[in-house]
Amino acid sequence: MLDVYFRNKLTELQDLSKLKVRKLKITNCENLDTVNEVPGCNSIVEEETNSTDSDEEIYSTDDDDDDDDDDDDDDDEGEEEEEESAKEGKTRALFGAIHPRNSVRCIRSKMAAIMQGIGAATALSSSSSSFDSKGFQLPSVKYFPERKATSLVVRSDGRLIPGSNLNARNVSGRLVTNAVAAKADTSATSTASKTGHELLLFEALREGLEEEMDRDPHVCVVGEDVGHYGGSYKVTKDLAPKYGDLRVLDTPIAENAFTGMAIGAAMTGLRPIVEGMNMGFLLLAYNQISNNCGMLHYTSGGQFTIPVVIRGPGGVGRQLGAEHSQRLESYFQSIPGIQMVACSTPYNAKGLMKAAIRSENPVILFEHVLLYNLKERIPDEEYVLSLEEAEMVRPGEHITILTYSRMRYHVMQAAKTLVNKGYDPEVIDIRSLKPFDLYTIGNSIKKTHRVLIVEECMRTGGIGASLTAAINENFNDYLDAPVMCLSSQDVPTPYAGTLEEWTVVQPAQIVTAVEQLCQ
Amino acid sequence: MASAISAMKILQPPPLPTTATSSPENLLFDPVKCNSSFFGSTHKLRFSSLKPSSSSHRRSTVVAVADVIKERKLNSSSSMVNLITKEECLELYEDMVLGRAFEDMCAQMYYRGKMFGFVHLYNGQEAVSTGFINLLKKEDYVCSTYRDHVHALSKGVPARAVMSELFGKTTGCCRGQGGSMHMFSKEHNLLGGFAFIGEGIPVATGAAFASKYRREVLKEADCDHVTVAFFGDGTCNNGQFFECLNMAALWKLPIIFVVENNLWAIGMSHLRATSDPEIWKKGPAFGMPGVHVDGMDVLKVREVAKEAIGRARRGEGPTLVECETYRFRGHSLADPDELRDPAEKAHYATRDPIMALKKYIIENNLVSEAELKAIEKEIDEVIEDAVEFADASPVPPRSQLLQNVFADPKGFGIGPDGKYRCEDPKFTEGTARV
Repeated sequence: MLDVYFRNKLTELQDLSKLKVRKLKITNCENLDTVNEVPGCNSIVEEETNSTDSDEEIYSTDDDDDDDDDDDDDDDEGEEEEEESAKEGKTRALFGAIHPRNSVRCIRSKMAAIMQGIGAATALSSSSSSFDSKGFQLPSVKYFPERKATSLVVRSDGRLIPGSNLNARNVSGRLVTNAVAAKADTSATSTASKTGHELLLFEALREGLEEEMDRDPHVCVVGEDVGHYGGSYKVTKDLAPKYGDLRVLDTPIAENAFTGMAIGAAMTGLRPIVEGMNMGFLLLAYNQISNNCGMLHYTSGGQFTIPVVIRGPGGVGRQLGAEHSQRLESYFQSIPGIQMVACSTPYNAKGLMKAAIRSENPVILFEHVLLYNLKERIPDEEYVLSLEEAEMVRPGEHITILTYSRMRYHVMQAAKTLVNKGYDPEVIDIRSLKPFDLYTIGNSIKKTHRVLIVEECMRTGGIGASLTAAINENFNDYLDAPVMCLSSQDVPTPYAGTLEEWTVVQPAQIVTAVEQLCQ
Repeated sequence: MASAISAMKILQPPPLPTTATSSPENLLFDPVKCNSSFFGSTHKLRFSSLKPSSSSHRRSTVVAVADVIKERKLNSSSSMVNLITKEECLELYEDMVLGRAFEDMCAQMYYRGKMFGFVHLYNGQEAVSTGFINLLKKEDYVCSTYRDHVHALSKGVPARAVMSELFGKTTGCCRGQGGSMHMFSKEHNLLGGFAFIGEGIPVATGAAFASKYRREVLKEADCDHVTVAFFGDGTCNNGQFFECLNMAALWKLPIIFVVENNLWAIGMSHLRATSDPEIWKKGPAFGMPGVHVDGMDVLKVREVAKEAIGRARRGEGPTLVECETYRFRGHSLADPDELRDPAEKAHYATRDPIMALKKYIIENNLVSEAELKAIEKEIDEVIEDAVEFADASPVPPRSQLLQNVFADPKGFGIGPDGKYRCEDPKFTEGTARV
């Protein structure tokens, strides 16, 4: 399996390398300025590399997610933006240090480490590089000598993606045009202060879950293999020994029945969390979710509340086959009476999990198989995010890109290219799939007048389709161009890696779409 | 955590037309005595609390009716008359008459155009509802199907509330939003009211799970609420039924699965739809007792119910009770009911549970006929009052449209103006767009 994996990895790297990406080395902020101020970045500082493989590419980014939602609990310990940015959780999925000196060989060994789930954050103090899949040279503003953390973003599938630094607001104006602009000055001191703690996304989910279970003894977990096995994605690891077999209930394989059971328990006072081992399995529970979960509060005239959380991993993974790669957001979105949210970073995963558990409404929390190993530093303090609000990932001026879950990372990768080309995309992670946060989205549209929706959901009747309709209805006057929606192909996800890649939206397509829209 | 397997047996296969006196005997299972291995059961008892002791009287699968009666008479200190006291029989009679009168009035109102849609009447099955629910406490849960009017009434929901709900008025038990098939009452712990068959069984299992959870995790030691799930013979071929039998037996949940086997699922005869029509046999397959009882005799149902509810309260696990019963009317008021043999209907009409109880009461001189008549009159008045109340009640206003969709109305999201949709004044008027 490793071989197949690496073969694929190499293919991918080689594809990208055709675009003549070069490695960059930036040692200090001054370089950064020079580089960043030039849209298009023709004058990239090129660095000699010790790499023997000229086709080597290294993605290294620092994914600075700036959550400038209103909903963030601002437990700012420091007044500085650095502190805030650290706490707001820059997503830096770290799987191992990759020096510019690393050859592909080293990358492979890093991959091996990744495959074994070893994530190590090491400092890359001296250099960074970032590439755009289309071969545009991007200045990478990743490293600063003081920064301790690696700037590598590696996803759980091992693919190295450039995260992107966003939020030019936090940085002085010089970095406005650069998607990968780090909050250079901000991040420097942030890591030094080391607030918060680092963990992977599934650990963040577990932390949120554990905190809520501690807080309220009525909270329980119901699902297959959640107890003794610890959850098939380890989200409920070690919870059964701590809380007992009744609070973390291993069920037989009967989704419809145990989802209904959770609903009955919710009606009679408990707050169960139903874990679908894979979101696709919840199709078997569709009867209970649609009829009972969504409707009982209404048909009982408000007498019974159903504070249930239904969560599980979905989305297209790594050659998992058609049935394990389903995106059910579209199937559930019409059910009246439920809320749907999708998490994408450890920070918002924990926050949304807690919010969902505390909510009196039934909530479906969509996680993504490939995002479970994202690493990020999240605050130590307790925080709960709002279920109805969207997240501003990167403010911009030219175009609004709406996305959620895994596609956020593809969008950010594309954003780097776009910035190089001189575009300034505003990226919003909508997070709340039902209902849509029309306020954040609307404000963005009023600013940029162009919308691109990037999603992994199916084209037909998906979240993008609903969002397009909502935007056209509400903000038609503000649009300079028709809303464009990039979704997955309407095919059952193929097993073959190449085919699978073509079913989901790739960064290259995003770049093309933006160029098209912004003409 | 294996569930105890008590010996279950059926004395006669259902449901052949028989004379009233030789109707199948109900099975009284005494956990202490009747724990011999059941013919169909492959389980070994894993419970230490039940000693596999005396099984002298249960070797064969079928025991003659006479034997059982004799045994009971020997066990009980006096004759069968003591099965029921005067007060109890008044309660039972009143409950059943209320159910019958209510359903008859529903039919009238339906044909007069006061209620619409699918209305499923319970005529003929009152013994099951009364037999079980009369023994429950207020905190115990009842979960039903679309044939739920009488379950609601037996559980204590006022006739006024049920009738208004049927009329679609805002004073109904579900504010007019549920209708005939979705009767809910938090106060009386009626968990519905489900339109799809089999849907309510997992919900009932969940309520039983919550009861066990409260006792064991939340340490509410006195929490011994049981749940009774009612459903029909057609449901017993549905996956959710089997899945829930498995889970309930696995975790020994305090639940009683009551099958109201009226032999017909709309137009599908139970015998044509089921490979093994003896539903009670499916209980032991999952490790719980399966009992068959004559569902047209409220006293027999009550006896079985006592045992089953007692078992559940003591934490010994679930029971599957198959009540052989019959519905005198069609599946719903829209069903012409042409498929059933008139002879079959006539036969069961002679086994009308209310008539049977009345006969029993009169024969045993528990209550005078005049008192029974007084009860009937009183019930008629209650029903009349319910209809008047429902007629006079207001229909739901426009503003009710969007209420109760979400327990937390923030779930409607944030509008373009930045405020939550539910804060929009037009929202309460029901004219806001969501």
